[in-house]
Amino acid sequence: MTGVDLTADLGRGVLLPNPVLTASGCAANGKELHRVRDIAELGAFVTKSVKREPQSGRGTPRMAETPSGMLNSIGLQGPGIDAFVTHDLPWLAAVGARAVVSIAGASSQEFAEVAQALVQAPDIAAVAAIEVNISCPNVANRGLVFACDPGSSSEVLRLVAAQVPESIPLFAKLSPDVTDIVSIAAAALEGGAHGLTMINTLLGMHIDIDARRPHLFGGTGGLSGPAIRPVAVRAIWQVHAAMLAGRIPRAPIIGVGGVRTGLDALELTLAGASAVQVGTAIFNDPSAPWRVAHELASWLQSHGVNRYRDLVGAAHES
Amino acid sequence: MSEVPAPIAQVSATVLANRRVGAYHQITLDAAEIAVAARPGQFVALAVGGSTSSLLLRRSFSIHRTRPETDGSVEIVVADAGPGTHWITALAPQAQVDMLGPLGRGFPLPASPGAAVLIGGGYGSAPMLWLADVLRGNGIEVHHILGAATADRLFGVDLVAPEDGLIVTTDDGSQGQRGRVTDPLTELLHRTGAATIYACGPMPMLAAVTGVAQAHGATAYVAVEEAMACGIGVCMTCVLPVRGGDGITRMTRSCTDGPIFEGGSVRWEAIANGRVAVPSDALGAPAGTR
Repeated sequence: MTGVDLTADLGRGVLLPNPVLTASGCAANGKELHRVRDIAELGAFVTKSVKREPQSGRGTPRMAETPSGMLNSIGLQGPGIDAFVTHDLPWLAAVGARAVVSIAGASSQEFAEVAQALVQAPDIAAVAAIEVNISCPNVANRGLVFACDPGSSSEVLRLVAAQVPESIPLFAKLSPDVTDIVSIAAAALEGGAHGLTMINTLLGMHIDIDARRPHLFGGTGGLSGPAIRPVAVRAIWQVHAAMLAGRIPRAPIIGVGGVRTGLDALELTLAGASAVQVGTAIFNDPSAPWRVAHELASWLQSHGVNRYRDLVGAAHES
Repeated sequence: MSEVPAPIAQVSATVLANRRVGAYHQITLDAAEIAVAARPGQFVALAVGGSTSSLLLRRSFSIHRTRPETDGSVEIVVADAGPGTHWITALAPQAQVDMLGPLGRGFPLPASPGAAVLIGGGYGSAPMLWLADVLRGNGIEVHHILGAATADRLFGVDLVAPEDGLIVTTDDGSQGQRGRVTDPLTELLHRTGAATIYACGPMPMLAAVTGVAQAHGATAYVAVEEAMACGIGVCMTCVLPVRGGDGITRMTRSCTDGPIFEGGSVRWEAIANGRVAVPSDALGAPAGTR
């Protein structure tokens, strides 16, 4: 888009040519979406959360459609970190994509091992950032999620940060299913996160009335889609406000949750996001990440805004 | 990295016609880009309700016919089974619908010449008539079995080419033989010497067809109907346990790796009552899988 500077700043010297990313788990590891549009044009491509070992994921049904959203219970199906660095990351590097690699684990040690294997990958130069998925509600651990406990959140980030060079920013992906998201954000930053991704899905459930049982094979699932966008806006707002007030350290926020249009991306930006991910909207429209970037740029141009970065958190100024 | 998959077209397709056929709607869409590239067994995924719809997930339909040479149209057969398909079946001529395609892998040709049996359960027959044309063009003798619960849920009986064999079954006997599609299958395999079966329909039917095929040393290619959210391989919801050439079972996407599978590779024992469990020996299966 001519005349508009769309550069997004993720901190630690990482600049993206535009602020629109895919959301983890909504675009697989790139090859599939690349059949629709060139993923190198995206601000960055966020991969599916990868664990140490291959994961089969859960049985099916794995999804349920809900009003303006969906529930998913995939179970982090994936190849494991060794296959990821052997097959997926080289492909992302070869097509020129900027990768944000999402890592997951059932223990803080597993997170650290995945990070260690990742940073040793020959194609590590293609990795713009690492997103630490401490909040996926699908990781069954007696219902406990790292991101629901400040101590666990801090511990994971501390162990991962010890493995990762300073040049690669670490983003902790936070769950909205907490009483006080600011305290979790503070703990993640204290542990070693350089930034925050907000928000992951909300835990939900759907009952199959005819069968009189939970519809999803896994019972519960993560709610995503436009239905949760106001929750994302609120979470980003609260954490950015805490940063402005000096209650927690200043750090970039990647906004995610229900973004379907350029105006949605703008809303998260005004609340305090330095970049925005598009997730569930991809299932509805696989061109959505590119379209959102285009719509965002058009809005900036028509409103005489020369730099995207000038709008980050701008709703807090009035 | 040598494999470069074909691009997927995303088109705003104009509805050319929407006809009621028995219990179904046969919908013709203007989508030349998809029509020229599609092969029998591939499918399209339609968005529901426009760009502000609250129904976000795409609905996938196997392609019934394409007419790349004339009007560039793609035809699908839709059953009105919920709010999404209700919207699609109500589309009037000239309406626009966002469509992705062609998706998935088509039916493979038989490994050997001779005869093939094509089985369609309900509107699972939609892709079979097009497949029959392609097989016949390759010198294969085609025999159809079309089955459904009731006569109004049959599709395509009047569309079968006169040179093809045809057996019709209904559960209630309201048309053709009373019974299931598998009832006449054994005799038909014996009589025709067919070594290849193609089948599309509900999962229990596909499992039963695979069983008959295996008992006769025939190969069954089955087109599965798994619930899909995206159709393009990114949502990971349409998986089935499928044994690969290396003998390892993986939770495999029906959209990108299917929707056609060799019946003997599918772990049918894990599939029951609309649910699919992860076999305990599947790659990466959690310890203590149900």
